[in-house]
Amino acid sequence: MFYSLVFSISKVALAALLDARHHSPSLNHLGDSMASKKKQQDTAGMTQEGRFYSAERLHAMHDMMLYIRRFEEKAGQMYGLKKIGGFCHLCNGQEAVCVGMDEAAEPTDYMLTSYRDHGHILARGTDGVAVMAELLGREGGVVGGKGGSMHMFDKSKNFAGGNGIVGEQVPIGTGFAFASKYRDDKRVSITIMGDGGVNQGAVYESFNMAALWKLPVVFVIENNQYAMGTSLSRASAETHLYKRGISFKVPGIQVDGMDVLEVERKMTEALEHARSGQGPIIVEMMTYRYRGHSMSDPATYRTRDEVDEWRSGRDPIVRLQKQMVEAGLATEAEFKQKDKDIKKEVVAVAKAAEAQSEPELSKLWDDILTDEIPNAYPYPRQVG
Amino acid sequence: MAKITYREALNQAMCQEMERDDRVFLMGEEVAEYNGAYKVSQGMLDKFGPRRVIDTPITELGFAGLGVGAAMAGLRPIIEFMTWNFAVLAADQIVNAAAKMKYMTGGQYDCPMVFRGAGGAAARVSSQHSQAFENWYANIPGLKVVMPSNPADAKGLLAASIRDNDTVIFIENEINYGDIGEVPEGEYIIPLGKADIKRVGKDVTLIAHSRMTGYALLAAEELAKQGIDVEVVDPRTIRPLDEATILASVAKTNRAVVIEEGWRFAGIGAEISARIMEKGFDDLDAPVARVTGKDVPMPYAANLEQYALPSVAEIVEAARVVCNRA
Ligand SMILES: Cc1ncc(C[n+]2csc(CCOP(=O)(O)OP(=O)(O)O)c2C)c(N)n1
Ligand SMILES: [Mg+2]
Repeated sequence: MFYSLVFSISKVALAALLDARHHSPSLNHLGDSMASKKKQQDTAGMTQEGRFYSAERLHAMHDMMLYIRRFEEKAGQMYGLKKIGGFCHLCNGQEAVCVGMDEAAEPTDYMLTSYRDHGHILARGTDGVAVMAELLGREGGVVGGKGGSMHMFDKSKNFAGGNGIVGEQVPIGTGFAFASKYRDDKRVSITIMGDGGVNQGAVYESFNMAALWKLPVVFVIENNQYAMGTSLSRASAETHLYKRGISFKVPGIQVDGMDVLEVERKMTEALEHARSGQGPIIVEMMTYRYRGHSMSDPATYRTRDEVDEWRSGRDPIVRLQKQMVEAGLATEAEFKQKDKDIKKEVVAVAKAAEAQSEPELSKLWDDILTDEIPNAYPYPRQVG
Repeated sequence: MAKITYREALNQAMCQEMERDDRVFLMGEEVAEYNGAYKVSQGMLDKFGPRRVIDTPITELGFAGLGVGAAMAGLRPIIEFMTWNFAVLAADQIVNAAAKMKYMTGGQYDCPMVFRGAGGAAARVSSQHSQAFENWYANIPGLKVVMPSNPADAKGLLAASIRDNDTVIFIENEINYGDIGEVPEGEYIIPLGKADIKRVGKDVTLIAHSRMTGYALLAAEELAKQGIDVEVVDPRTIRPLDEATILASVAKTNRAVVIEEGWRFAGIGAEISARIMEKGFDDLDAPVARVTGKDVPMPYAANLEQYALPSVAEIVEAARVVCNRA
């Protein structure tokens, strides 16, 4: 008891530090002053596997997961109303991966994702209105409406996510790690791929280079059990994906991706490994997407029982709520109220995004080249 | 004749050829249990079993190369790319291996296979998923490039491509998959290298392939109302190109517009208009015009996307210009 108290207090400082640099969603009800925050932390919190989490921090993680969940539901609705077009990949069920991972990361760490990117960019702290505006193809979208659901990027948050070609971001993420090592600036590249993406050849080329040159990269595999309609075992000879680095001497760990605290803890270790110069590491997050691959996928290749088992048995938000209630850090009524607030917030976000205009037509010609050459064909900014 | 969709027509061609020849198999992402990402291979796993209809991991370079090897070893693979955007990963096997294998081996090895899938712009899927690549492959000796614009052509051209003893790049169009048209029942083959006149007219020739053929036909209707009688030529096979049909049409109309969804620079329209200039110069009463996609990566926003793509209105306008009616 005594020891754990001492331990917790030393962790409080760290937690406060992490909180200070951590961005909460643009929810106004989350904003407390630092002073009162610290006071609370001295008394309230929860320890899991020897790691202390302040009540404040737990609430922030919970709220962000719930925010992502409600945001994705809203996006699904907007798609149904044909306000969002093209491909739209939701991450319902995978929120603990997004939030736990970002919680462990430094804001200066790079993050690269596939097209299943809404949750990650929101967890990273990008304004929800800008993300929703991107989904709607509006001028205030994160990339000005040019990318849509699949191409979320926010350089100010070191988020180079949003890559639409399966596996594409893996060598690119390795390149960010190369730049870190080159400059010796201790930034880690968090390079995320799916259980389907992990089979691309370039992934193994990347593992080898990263190990060979001891690059600071954490290769995160979001193993949500399916790549479109193909289950893991129908596409992978070795289904323990954390072992995929063995022949390149890249260590790997498997993480319960439905437990935000475990994600945070294991990711912290992995980041430390990469940051300390020991080279790359693979983190396999065991998770599940509740929805189809994209909005057009009815997901008939899975049984209802299987989906229910994850959805009602292992849901990351329900799980954290239970833990927090048991630890006396919140009540069910509070969570209900919180959910109402967040739903309201998301409605407001969608409204604000929808109120924006489409990009001006002249934007079509922006951002193709940096150094346009005016007097040679094809001429910049014109037809023919 | 039955009325079926473009995707059903493709399905019929594959089934017909697989029934006929045990060496033919279909491999690609989601082609078997999911019945195809765009349902082109609907029912084929049930019909032919997992030996011949094979789901792959997401490893385009790997299974494209596997197809090349299988073809060299005597099979006749149909390798499906979910879309041609992803074939960029497999370009090495297509360009450096399949296209050159016969030549490099002094004729010892053939590469009789079809690489097929959806090309061109889909709807609202942004830069990485909306691209026309026919000009890339059309530039390469050793490849044939085929692009059907309607259900009947889809069936006849795919069957011919599967029977062809060379590597065929077969580019479909996602937006056309649901189009319905009359398609001959039973065995149906359209020889490669033959263009088709989709509409007969005397004032101007519109040359358009794939989805743009439909746009050209719509433009022709509009132009008819304005008193311009349009001929629409669909090359169907991009490489090798049936230039005789195109030149004969231009000899009749003396005016031509080439239309393509892809980018103008070094595009298919550049090749076709150069041939018209080289071989039909004396027939021309006006410079050949081109209508193409704008020279930008495809944006997502609805208004920008529409602006980036060629439109029927732009085709009408270009035709009026070459007819001195603008
Ligand atoms: C190179 C390439 N091939 C195919 C696709 C089409 N595609 C998009 S997502 C996907 C499945 C990827 O599954 P996984 O890596 O498990 O990620 P998840 O969608 O489950 O997050 C496929 C095949 C693509 N975008 N890029
Ligand atoms: Mg997956």
